Amino acid sequence: MQNIPQKIVQGKYLRHKKNFPHVWCPGCSNGIVLGAIIRAMAKLEWKRSNTAMVSGIGCSSRMPVYVDLNTLHSLHGRAIAYATGMKLYKPQMNVMVVTGDGDATAIGGNHLIHAARRNIDITVVLINNYIYGMTGGQYSPTTPTGDKATTTPYGNLDPTFDICKLAMGAGATFVARSSAYHAIEANNFIRKGFEHKGFSLVEIISACPVIYGRLNKKGSPADMMRSMKKNVIPQKSYDKLDEKQRNGKMIRGILQDIDKPEYCEVYDELVQSLQNKKGNK
Amino acid sequence: MAKKTNRSVLMQGNEAIAKGALAAGIDFFGGYPITPSTEIAEIMSEELPKIGGKFIQMEDEIASISSIIGASLSGAKAMTATSGPGVSLMAEGIGFAKMVEAPCVVVNVMRGGPSTGSPTKPSQADIMQARWGNHGDAPAIVLYPNSVLESYQLTIRAFNLAEKYRTCVIVLSDEVLGHMREAVTLPNMKDVNIINRIKPNIPPEWYKHYSKNPKYISPFASYGEGYRFHVTGLAHDEYGFPTNRADETQELMDRLKEKVTHNLDDIIQVEAYRMEDARSVIFAAGISSRAAKEAVIKARKSGRKVGMLRPLTIWPFPDAILKKYMNNVRRIYVPELNQGQLINEVKRVMGSIWNYTNTKSHSIIPIQKNSGQLITPDEIVNIMKEKK
Ligand SMILES: Cc1ncc(C[n+]2csc(CCOP(=O)(O)OP(=O)(O)O)c2C)c(N)n1
Ligand code: SF4
Repeated sequence: MQNIPQKIVQGKYLRHKKNFPHVWCPGCSNGIVLGAIIRAMAKLEWKRSNTAMVSGIGCSSRMPVYVDLNTLHSLHGRAIAYATGMKLYKPQMNVMVVTGDGDATAIGGNHLIHAARRNIDITVVLINNYIYGMTGGQYSPTTPTGDKATTTPYGNLDPTFDICKLAMGAGATFVARSSAYHAIEANNFIRKGFEHKGFSLVEIISACPVIYGRLNKKGSPADMMRSMKKNVIPQKSYDKLDEKQRNGKMIRGILQDIDKPEYCEVYDELVQSLQNKKGNK
Repeated sequence: MAKKTNRSVLMQGNEAIAKGALAAGIDFFGGYPITPSTEIAEIMSEELPKIGGKFIQMEDEIASISSIIGASLSGAKAMTATSGPGVSLMAEGIGFAKMVEAPCVVVNVMRGGPSTGSPTKPSQADIMQARWGNHGDAPAIVLYPNSVLESYQLTIRAFNLAEKYRTCVIVLSDEVLGHMREAVTLPNMKDVNIINRIKPNIPPEWYKHYSKNPKYISPFASYGEGYRFHVTGLAHDEYGFPTNRADETQELMDRLKEKVTHNLDDIIQVEAYRMEDARSVIFAAGISSRAAKEAVIKARKSGRKVGMLRPLTIWPFPDAILKKYMNNVRRIYVPELNQGQLINEVKRVMGSIWNYTNTKSHSIIPIQKNSGQLITPDEIVNIMKEKK
């Protein structure tokens, strides 16, 4: 990637017609994740016409309109189900999903776990900003307990999801976490997710300074970057901490990377065996 | 193959829907089991892999409709089959398919509702759901057969209309129609008209996913074919990009409506039975029209001038055809397995020509049942006698 000039990469994968300026607030991490996805695609030399980006509804899910791919901005929570239909029908197409924490783990949680269970070859890039950004800051399944959201005026009572554990528990064969601060690592993990044959989920811890940050007094966008640097740490550093110090920390790194039969390939084998049977008759 | 299909075979309604879909060229089915539609999914799971098509049992009905729309946008001829509770869950997705103009077919084998209702009993209470089930204004094309053979034929027609008009078409059936067996002779495949979506023949740089053609339906590409387009449920322009502009939004909404309202003659089918001199008409659809026809035969035997009008296309409602036949008619009987859904449409249409709907000389008479049992021909005949 380093040797491809930024301009060329963006020029190739971005849509220039009518869609800019984008909708995201200043300091939002969504643009960093978009950049990471584009770099990962460029590195793999993915053909735009053979690549699809599917999203649900949310700030993060506004991403597809900006990229010059086969793009689908679907319904809140349903991106993975739409992507499942696309991938199963056209397995030769690279299919990725861009989604938010609310989109993927609240309203769309069912689709996430079942796509992981099937091990269908879709890469989910999940932008976790701990909040419902688009609707103005209600709490999500990942809002830390005690934090403020517009629907938790007294602090969040709910325990939170560890999205990566959820995905691994459901059978995802590639799971990784990074943050918008660790942009190069994020871009590498997304690339590895793309390369992985099977269901992959890459969670990017992100900043929503305008809503989550403001409600919880997290400071400027730069302050939020600093706290990602401090709190999203490798397993090794995490292991060295005591129970109390671990509070608020998240592990970054590749958390799962295993081989299992991929859904579309298994389906194709069935088709082949039925057709061989027919041929033998 | 051709010879085989000409033989008369005993077939179940749900099986006929599955066979119709296969004849139409279905190559993607995503579904979730529900009585009384499940046989359709079961047959699909057996047949589709044999021909290289895709079958997937999704985690729920929301996922099912999503998967078929995703497949459709990638080029598939796609269908799902369910019953009322499933359609309720699919409502948002059906609206999405209409908004983004993704061709697909949804089968609703109706059972008693609301809620879990009477899963193993027939009903016709989802007629309005089929029209208005999704939020927002959107066209509805809904077909309702009344026999096993017609279940086959109208499923093919549903695919044809979905492909031609780029929309989600609903096929209604019901528990009795879905499960009953009749001897049918399927047509020769070479006599069956199959319509496939029109593909663009211009270079990708010029491509507009929603550009107008004079008939309101533009050729369209599928994902992965070199035409990279954007699809969103937001109000969008010709390219598919979101818009906030009033003129573009109004144009989109008008086009979605007009692609149906400008093609009513092509979309609407009505069976007129013994209408030549009818003074009384039974207006009935689906399974209730079987009893209606019997009632016409019985009443005719005792010298009454009774006919039947049967919409095979429930939506858009056949206003013009209904009006056309009503010159000499004084009574309209509307038997239906609900608390009055079709009858309100009949009243709406007749109100505009009779200027009143119930007087001594003209009346529209409900015959309604919600018990899970069918309306019988005798019940209709007896009510007609009372009204003499
Ligand atoms: C069925 C449905 N319910 C609710 C909404 C409203 N809604 C839009 S986006 C959103 C939450 C988005 O949060 P998240 O997925 O975390 O994405 P973010 O905006 O933070 O990127 C909600 C609740 C909707 N569009 N559709
Ligand atoms: S509200 Fe938050 S998530 Fe949404 S664009 Fe603004 S900063 Fe980003």
